[in-house]
Amino acid sequence: MTGALLRVNIQHMMNIAAIEIAGLVVVRGSTVVIDGLDASVPIGSITGLIGPSGCGKTTLIRAIVGIQILRSGSVSVLGKPAGSASLREHVSYMTQGSSVYPDLTVQQNLRYFADLSGSASSTIDAALDDVALTDKRHDLVGNLSGGQRTRVSLAAALLARPDLFLLDEPTVGLDPVLRRDLWKLFSELAEAGKTLLVTSHVMDEAARCERVLLMREGRLVADETPAGLRERTGKDDLEEAFLTLAERSGSSDRNQSSTERSAS
Amino acid sequence: MNLTRTLATTRRVLQQLSHDKRSVALMILVPSLLLILFKYVYDGNEALFDRIGPQLLGIFPFIIMFLVTSITMVRERTSGTLERLLTTPLLRGELILGYALAFGLAALVQSLVTASVAIGPLGLQVKSVWVIVLFAVLDALLGTALGLLMSAFATTEFQAVQFMPAIVLPQLLLCGLLNDRSQMAEVLRWASNVMPLSYATEAFTAARSQVGFNGTMWRDLAVVVGCLLAAIALASLTLRRRTA
Repeated sequence: MTGALLRVNIQHMMNIAAIEIAGLVVVRGSTVVIDGLDASVPIGSITGLIGPSGCGKTTLIRAIVGIQILRSGSVSVLGKPAGSASLREHVSYMTQGSSVYPDLTVQQNLRYFADLSGSASSTIDAALDDVALTDKRHDLVGNLSGGQRTRVSLAAALLARPDLFLLDEPTVGLDPVLRRDLWKLFSELAEAGKTLLVTSHVMDEAARCERVLLMREGRLVADETPAGLRERTGKDDLEEAFLTLAERSGSSDRNQSSTERSAS
Repeated sequence: MNLTRTLATTRRVLQQLSHDKRSVALMILVPSLLLILFKYVYDGNEALFDRIGPQLLGIFPFIIMFLVTSITMVRERTSGTLERLLTTPLLRGELILGYALAFGLAALVQSLVTASVAIGPLGLQVKSVWVIVLFAVLDALLGTALGLLMSAFATTEFQAVQFMPAIVLPQLLLCGLLNDRSQMAEVLRWASNVMPLSYATEAFTAARSQVGFNGTMWRDLAVVVGCLLAAIALASLTLRRRTA
């Protein structure tokens, strides 16, 4: 009987998506930021959340972390309602903009976040190595460049090696070599069974993801593999593919889409 | 509650302070300098200095800790670090307690320095030095606790600074420092009765002329500790994990 129960349990676990979003609506002030969004992110994958700035990416990530007040709909993470206390040690959130302390050294920052998540201090060395900041560990974060601060922030998210990483623009302002190395690290994490949701407004990063969620004005315009996107739109270039999809979805508000196109 | 996370927060706040040498110097030295100034403004009037000096020993740390704490907390909120902290296993109570411990320690150093200067070179006459130091630390902690609480209502550092005159100055006017509370109009005395600083000031007044702890001081101690615990509890309740 226990065997049968175990089998049911395992089957149940395999069916759980890392993130399951249904009918999500978020209103901030008088603006509808997310307008009825459904999405599902499988366990052990890298999913790119791509879209122009102001399209609701950060709000969506915040809803997944469970720190965003929702108007309606539901978000579940690893089978539990987003924001559940028991999820906090399984989810790591890197906010947009470096949310680390500028008046502490790199090492002191990471030590603090390691202590909060109960990670061993050896994880600090590994995380510093991952973001190539080992030689800066005793520098004040406030004296670092913008890109370096972003890396400190990313290192803090990597410390605990949780099951789900929510990374809001982790590679913005970084040089191409470092960006390539980080995406390699993201793939390794996914291969080890971790789930990553990474936002970006750069289309070439979409090509590095297994799945791409394309967002525009609070709605998903695509949820596909990069290959699928190219096939559906008949464009080899993902940037072009996005523009095609944006035009198809936004024929009613053509003026707005043309301004956004020039912005992205 | 997890002691590791609480103490990690305390250490982090103290490390932040240690990188800001100028703030540390201001925090430790300004109350002493103000007391010296006060002594020479009333040069020759020893009786007045002896009456108001002990009360000032409690009021300076109260004001300074209120300001330091509320601004630090608002900075944590606006920089995005608070949002990040609330997504980690850190509990809100652990965060607030960690802050209170760090600033309480800073307050202890500040009170010891100020009391030493007042009682040593400035020749302040008090009967119970340890009661003065105890209440000075409690006042500082009360300032920290109220600062933590008020920071929840400030969305910018600018607003946080405005809370100082709004929350601190009425207590200063009514606590019995400027005028004996028994001589105030009835309404003002009622208001004074519900302000924690009044009780701390009462204890300072008593410690000036009495040796050791007496019944009123126990009541004062209970009120001040009660208020600071209530403010800390409220502060952790007003920290919202979910925001719009």
